[in-house]
Amino acid sequence: MERVPILRFGDALLVSIQIDLRDDTVLALQEDLAERIVASGASGVLIDISAVEIVDSFIGRMFASIAALSRILDAETVVAGMRPAVAITLVELGLSLDGVRTALDLDKGLAILNRLAARRGLRDDTDELPGGDGEQPLTRAAPVS
Amino acid sequence: MTGVESVETMPVRTGDDVVRVRQLVRTRAKAVRLSLVDQTKLVTAASELARNIVTYGGAGTVRVETITKGGRHAVRATFSDTGPGIPDVELALTDGWTSGTGLGLGLSGARRLVDEFDIDTEVGKGTTVTVVKWTR
Repeated sequence: MERVPILRFGDALLVSIQIDLRDDTVLALQEDLAERIVASGASGVLIDISAVEIVDSFIGRMFASIAALSRILDAETVVAGMRPAVAITLVELGLSLDGVRTALDLDKGLAILNRLAARRGLRDDTDELPGGDGEQPLTRAAPVS
Repeated sequence: MTGVESVETMPVRTGDDVVRVRQLVRTRAKAVRLSLVDQTKLVTAASELARNIVTYGGAGTVRVETITKGGRHAVRATFSDTGPGIPDVELALTDGWTSGTGLGLGLSGARRLVDEFDIDTEVGKGTTVTVVKWTR
């Protein structure tokens, strides 16, 4: 089985998927990422899928579970570079990727992670409690209305 | 008149086979000049249906063929297994219904991604799903 390499990139982990994903490769990536997040203390995970030609329900669900898993381990996930045809297909398939933050490309993905890291810094400074609603991390640092 | 050509059959038993099915269907979809979006939809549907064979049917085959009718071309893919069959097809085609650990989008999602969808199943005998995607 091929494994997808995970690279350290500043405060984040970078995963670039360049192979046709088998189900067990996907499951291995999920486990490897969890271990690497804990071992490295990374605050973000950036997954580049610009070379991925199809995302079916299994692979899509993997993105959602990686995002949920990272959040529990105190890291944010951004999936970057989804091809337009893949996006159209995903929506028609019925997969909305709830809870997965996406970016058009790696640059924008990295910008999102940096912005979140800055907010995280603010949050730590003020010792503010997280909102508790894991589904809306973007508003986590905002006051509860 | 419908012309059928370039029939190809391959066994499906493992995750590697699922990847090979995607590649075979992609090659055929390109050959008949399906648009990129339609190629992606067909390959995604094929991926779901091939995985169903591995997950539920245990083992089976996929037959991929190119068909021509009235100047239009299509790829037809037939997924057959000799697994347990589906007791309630209507239920199995409902979004979110799953007998396993998946999302329940496999069958219903695959149906939405293709132009023609046909399912033939018998409990204890197996399941055959046929999908067709036409050029526009």
